[in-house]
Amino acid sequence: MDAALLPGVEVVIAATAVDPERAREVVSWVVDPEIPVLTIAELGILRDVVVEEGQVVVTITPTYSGCPAMRQIEDDIRTHLGVAGFDRVVVKTTHTPAWTTDWIDPQAGAKLVAFGIAPPTSSTEVLCPRCDASAPRTVSSFGSTACKALMVCVRCGEPFDWFKEF
Amino acid sequence: MLAHADDNMVLAQRLGAWISRAPELEEDIALGNIALDHLGVARALYTLAGAVEGRGRDEDDLAMFRSEREYLNLLLVEQPNGDFAHTMVRQFLFDCYQLQLWEDLSACDDVELAGIASRALKEARYHFRHSSGWVIRLGDGTEESSRRAQSAVDALWQYTDEMFQGDTAGYRLAWERAVMSGLAEAGLTIPEDPHQRGGGRRGLHTEHLGFLLAEMQWMQRSYPGLKW
Repeated sequence: MDAALLPGVEVVIAATAVDPERAREVVSWVVDPEIPVLTIAELGILRDVVVEEGQVVVTITPTYSGCPAMRQIEDDIRTHLGVAGFDRVVVKTTHTPAWTTDWIDPQAGAKLVAFGIAPPTSSTEVLCPRCDASAPRTVSSFGSTACKALMVCVRCGEPFDWFKEF
Repeated sequence: MLAHADDNMVLAQRLGAWISRAPELEEDIALGNIALDHLGVARALYTLAGAVEGRGRDEDDLAMFRSEREYLNLLLVEQPNGDFAHTMVRQFLFDCYQLQLWEDLSACDDVELAGIASRALKEARYHFRHSSGWVIRLGDGTEESSRRAQSAVDALWQYTDEMFQGDTAGYRLAWERAVMSGLAEAGLTIPEDPHQRGGGRRGLHTEHLGFLLAEMQWMQRSYPGLKW
């Protein structure tokens, strides 16, 4: 859309585009497409949001090298910012420092459990997110996504994903 | 850097061919995930290599518009999948090598490369746990699984020496220790024939790579720049 045809809109964009706090807030609400109970900020995928020369520059990092959700996350960031009036957006990917499960917000563990995913712990401390039983059986160390392993609870018999310690 | 990117790209393409054909569902998912890890590493390395080169080539240019003679991957990773034992032995030999490679590069001076390597190192540990587990289970399994695993070792051993030419020569000792210990536990032996093949790092490949690249690249070659 040609902003010149809509002078009112142009004023709004000009007023909001320079507000890095607002941009950061908008981006921090983007959720992970595979684990929609967590935001990319809580997962530690979101590294930085700054405003450079009038454009919002968002830096993200993949969890695993081959995480197929990265492209979706990038699109979601653009969509969220676009809706909020930020139309000049650059999304950068960084590989350093490499993501580890330590980047996940400690508060996120309870949300993962409620969603049925065992949060990242050492493999000997995994608890069933439904009945808290310990020592589940590993069905496959590669689950529904690269960052999760597929487990089965030995007490309640339910299969569940464990967010692997990484 | 390009050679390591090519290793991961070619192996990702090989492993991806197992999707929907693996012996069980969990294995299908595992091989798909491992393929994605290798693909992700390849993409990151291509992007970095393109930036270092400074001629404006991006990851797609480097993956899709270089010919067989320009690919610098190891002969090992381009070898056909064969049966499941072949794929697992190939993976095991390569995982043992990548464990050394990523450990080394994760301490290098280039922060971006070190970041890619330190993530890849953790992934390689998962890959190794998976492939070594299978090699031991197959080698120490039934008469048939053991025969197939041994035939894979016999067929692939000639492509291992190539891993340790040039900068990576120092990895050989640790690699041999890991490989020999896995093979011993699996009851598998290395072939007596000392013959070794090389050339992949100079773009001289076995006949298999051309077919793989033709399949992988044809769409970009037919419709350059195509996106979806």
